Amino acid sequence: MSTVTMNRRGAGTQAAPSVAAAAGSGSPTTPAASPASDPTADAALQPKVTHVVETMTMAAALNRALSDALTADDRVLIFGEDVGALGGVFRITDGLNARFGEKRCFDTPLAESGIVGTAVGMAMNGLIPVVEMQFDAFALPAFEQVVSHVAKLGNRTRGAVRMPMVIRIPFGGGIGGVEHHCDSSETYYAHTPGLTVVTPSTPQDAYSLLRAAIESPDPVVFMEPKKLYWSKGVVDTSITADLRRASVIREGSDVTLISYGPSVSVALEAAEALADEGRSVQVVDVRTLTPFDDQTVMDAVRSTGRAVVIAEAPGFVSVASEIQARVSEQCFEYLEAPVRRVTGFDTPFASPKFEHWYLPDVDRVLDAIDSLHWED
Amino acid sequence: MSPSGTRLLPRDVPVQLLDEHGSLTKDADYPTPSMERMQQAYASLINGRRINDQCNALVRQGRLAVYPSSNGQEACQVAAALALSDGDWLFPTYRDSVSVITRGVAPEDAMVLLRGDWHSGYDPHEFGVAPQATPLATQLLHAVGFAQAAAYRNEPTVVLAMCGDGATSEGDFHEAMNFAAVFKLPVVFFVQNNEFAISVPLARQTAAPSLAHKAIGYGMPGQRVDGNDVAALLSVLEEAVDRGRRGEGPTLVEAHTYRMLAHTNADDDTRYREREEVQAWADRDPLTRVRSYLRAEGLLDDKAEEAMAETAEGIAAELRAAMNADPVLNPEELFAHVYAERPATLDAQWALLQDEIERTEARA
Repeated sequence: MSTVTMNRRGAGTQAAPSVAAAAGSGSPTTPAASPASDPTADAALQPKVTHVVETMTMAAALNRALSDALTADDRVLIFGEDVGALGGVFRITDGLNARFGEKRCFDTPLAESGIVGTAVGMAMNGLIPVVEMQFDAFALPAFEQVVSHVAKLGNRTRGAVRMPMVIRIPFGGGIGGVEHHCDSSETYYAHTPGLTVVTPSTPQDAYSLLRAAIESPDPVVFMEPKKLYWSKGVVDTSITADLRRASVIREGSDVTLISYGPSVSVALEAAEALADEGRSVQVVDVRTLTPFDDQTVMDAVRSTGRAVVIAEAPGFVSVASEIQARVSEQCFEYLEAPVRRVTGFDTPFASPKFEHWYLPDVDRVLDAIDSLHWED
Repeated sequence: MSPSGTRLLPRDVPVQLLDEHGSLTKDADYPTPSMERMQQAYASLINGRRINDQCNALVRQGRLAVYPSSNGQEACQVAAALALSDGDWLFPTYRDSVSVITRGVAPEDAMVLLRGDWHSGYDPHEFGVAPQATPLATQLLHAVGFAQAAAYRNEPTVVLAMCGDGATSEGDFHEAMNFAAVFKLPVVFFVQNNEFAISVPLARQTAAPSLAHKAIGYGMPGQRVDGNDVAALLSVLEEAVDRGRRGEGPTLVEAHTYRMLAHTNADDDTRYREREEVQAWADRDPLTRVRSYLRAEGLLDDKAEEAMAETAEGIAAELRAAMNADPVLNPEELFAHVYAERPATLDAQWALLQDEIERTEARA
């Protein structure tokens, strides 16, 4: 591990729990009561985000992103159920309450609509709330707030009111969770104009995309693939991400696998398996489901002429079917075969002992690739 | 009394300072507003009634798509706006246009939502007025979060959030009350109990002795007030606002009033209520009693009344003129504000529409 200290004061782990100075944040709403917001103080002596390059789990990367965002901008608040002393049921907010104090990271009453609805008011009043919905299906009581207000207030007020907020939702299966704990709800959000829906597949993206989501002037639904929480990778916290860019994460010339979040690892495994058979497989991680990055995805498909979309959610009227439609419309003359989808079945998410049959796996992806009208 | 010494239960009989004949009834807990305050309130009531009447006429002329009138509830509308200071915020519903206008929003800008040009016709930050909410009770949570952000920065902002009796059955009403009480936030929940949620009567919304009684379950004081008595409304709401400003947390205020007209022009209220009931409430009109009081006290004469009527007529004329002018719409606005920065996907859709419009114009 290497630690690049960007701060005269020293290691980031010792960053002061007080709020950061207005310097750099551009905030018109710095708390008057905060001692750290004294405009006469030397800005260089204020706590700063320190950059690190380190191998860590996705959970740790998310925790680091939250911690760095809290340090960087005193308008950022984190709240939800169990995010305080417990640090979240997946420990994503571990230590933040102790380090930044009750004003910056706190538990709320158990009420998802209340959590998101109050976040709307805070965003109207100059803060950047980052809220946690404990599990995908438990976010549904907040759905009205998300769709009717979070997504629309900017538009309703012709831009006079913006909603800079992040709604973090652990989603997807693969952890043996019982019902209501493993849903793939991204399509509901992606269908709603005004929302930016993001899902990372690596610790690096988890860090960079979450930082970008918090900095976005628009509301972001940040879907965390819970089966990847414990996956590890190198994270360089100085790397920033463009929220509207998909990413070609593996080069290949025969076929393009298009995926996001929890299914990216399946796509990569399939690519690896086919490499052994001499087939060159390209993998695109969509990362931001909406607004959709047509350019990166279509350029990728045009370069191979074959495409398979992989996602866990039920395939009917899904993000996967949207991608399939877009590719068919925009790349038709480049395609050697129909675009295929490999998705979850159109059933409620399976009970733990059934989920290995439900989830799209490498075999199903390989079968789909095999069906793409190969001439050899 | 609660352990902290605050009385949480509302009174059995709503607070009243001016009876139906305009006679003053003293109250040990709530001071009578000053003469100037009453005169100011009366002028606002006159304007409010005139705006309600004008908007109903504009619906009949097809100039407004819909108007949920607050006719009969003007005392609540006026008091909600007047109880707040400049830095405070109001979170209104679709029926609260008169409150919005009393806060300073131009009538024609307040009508943009109901005319159908756009969803909100004013900048909320300019007036301390959130966009008028159409879904029920959702804005109460926004009010709570707004107050929480102000408290985070130690600002003295108080937030007054309005809703009707129907909204008290919604989950968000309860979540908002609970959050505000748990975090001890400066929010006044102001319920205009006008007896009907479209056609469904109060008895089908609640089995509680009153809506104000709900407050005790959340650990905040609740109070009932005569919703057609602007003096009592001002006094009770100002006390609730002061309480929030003092850092003592939220209050629930229930105003007992009546919706004199149908829910909107699309509703037929003869299907669910008797004319005698409506007439009985007409005798309790919120304007009549203040007028009687002010005249009896020598605080209002013919000349002053004429001046007020003229001002109200001016507002109505301006509103009529604004609504009769056909608005110029820019189709690009469909795409302009969905995101802070327009994404490529919407650029493509705007290009499509633009092309469609150009071809249509070329044919014409």
